[in-house]
Amino acid sequence: MKLLVPVKRVVDYNVKVRVKADNTGVETANVKMSMNPFDEIAVEEAVRLKEKGVATEIIAVSCGPTAAQEQIRTALAMGADRGILVEHDGVLEPIAVAKLLKALIAKESPDLVVMGKQAIDDDMNATGQMLAALMGWPQGTFASKVEIADGHATVTREVDGGLETVKIKLPAVVTADLRLNEPRYASLPNIMKARKKPIETIKPADLGVDVTPRLTVLRVEEPAKRQAGARVASVQELVEKLRNEAKVI
Amino acid sequence: MAVLLLADHDGSAVSQPTRSTLAAAQKLGEVHVLLVGEGAAGAAPAAAALPGVAKVLLAEDASLAHRLAEPLAALLVQLAPAYDHLMAPASAAGKNVMPRVAALLDVQPISDVSGVVDADTFVRPIYAGNALATVKSSDAKKVMTIRAASFDPVAATGGSAPVENVAAAADPGQSSFLGAEVQKSERPELTAARVVVSGGRAMGSAENFHLIEGVADKLGAAVGASRAAVDAGYAPNDMQVGQTGKIVAPELYIAIGISGAIQHLAGMKDSKVIVAINKDEEAPIFQVADYGLVGDLFKIIPELQAELAKG
Repeated sequence: MKLLVPVKRVVDYNVKVRVKADNTGVETANVKMSMNPFDEIAVEEAVRLKEKGVATEIIAVSCGPTAAQEQIRTALAMGADRGILVEHDGVLEPIAVAKLLKALIAKESPDLVVMGKQAIDDDMNATGQMLAALMGWPQGTFASKVEIADGHATVTREVDGGLETVKIKLPAVVTADLRLNEPRYASLPNIMKARKKPIETIKPADLGVDVTPRLTVLRVEEPAKRQAGARVASVQELVEKLRNEAKVI
Repeated sequence: MAVLLLADHDGSAVSQPTRSTLAAAQKLGEVHVLLVGEGAAGAAPAAAALPGVAKVLLAEDASLAHRLAEPLAALLVQLAPAYDHLMAPASAAGKNVMPRVAALLDVQPISDVSGVVDADTFVRPIYAGNALATVKSSDAKKVMTIRAASFDPVAATGGSAPVENVAAAADPGQSSFLGAEVQKSERPELTAARVVVSGGRAMGSAENFHLIEGVADKLGAAVGASRAAVDAGYAPNDMQVGQTGKIVAPELYIAIGISGAIQHLAGMKDSKVIVAINKDEEAPIFQVADYGLVGDLFKIIPELQAELAKG
């Protein structure tokens, strides 16, 4: 069974993002970039499926700038077998990425796509669902557990207030939520090995996909700042203030 | 043209986030509310009573009982020609199905909308709310999910809309529902709780982390954790509040032993009242806290429990 795992290059989750002075976006120059944390979970799940003997090959894909090779290398170091970079500078919306992935699926014929439920930059939470729709495949989103058997995936999903379990027919798209697993750190020998694994580079035009954005960003602003409040001297004062001043308890 | 709103309901009432979504929808035009899923008919009177709803559409079909994305998206696409805007609350159910609908309509969805500027232009948080983007859609139809916390819900009663039955679309038959497990915890769900008490790495151990629960129980609160506490193994991953965890905006958020890393602040800074308790008076969490208390956690926690018990 072949797995496709899309990974996105995003501003590292520990970086405080700054809105550009001209309000056109957030500052990404000279900022630490990493693999989207939910995609790391997806890569981990794919690697575990391979370790269990369910999957035979894992292809890590990134749609983004040349430097997104770094995130593909990270996936390769975690255990993916080869990489594909769909190279494009500039904005790629979920609809564009879903179409690029669809075109790659036509070439690679994976049985399962595992990806993060959401990227922590645009917070769209859309690409997986959109890819499933374009393929006419079922989807198992916000997965906290995945089991593969008899041409189906049984996916436990994180829903409001609990969990639900669905059974979907393969091929399918599964999107990873936090509880699915805890991603491993790549070992040094595996990082070295990953350097020798192949990464193919292609362009959206090679796949015949128009990636023109549908949304125009008119303005990006900082949200209203919170004012630091007051210090209290004791637990008694704190509880008194919460009761009588803030009136929240 | 009209707005189609996919409602969340429990078989008798529509959810409060649905009423907030209705507030957003009403800025755009006449609203039709779509009810599907188990017990949808039971919720029809409540949906019809929502003020400003022109029509309630009721789709009762076995294939839609559990709101699986595949048959539900097919239904929404079938209804789409009559609407300019299709929207749902940004709940687990809404986020599951709306992007699927958007792709089938060849539209880029607009997720988690926090402001409606005009029929094509919307505000939405990006980078976990650390920035707000105003975006203008060039798509003919807009497919959106709405961040409920950003819109005051409309009243639950006052309207009297007609209810119309609609037929389900053909079920692609690729998915089936096996079961649900509603959280058995006596505590409220993290993202829906009125009060959240969270612990950080300063709790020191998984054992000590249980002290947080003692405080939470006094307040009927949900329990959260910082990523540092989760990474250290003190708390399970589903308790994580932050950019890589859950985004919460309760009325009261109490951060105990949490320094206030950016990634944590991103997940809780929209809370109405923030309390920080930390031994380090320089901790960044104090910069966003309405009330700050500096001191030894292990002394403060029992005191806090005792003081809350006096209520």
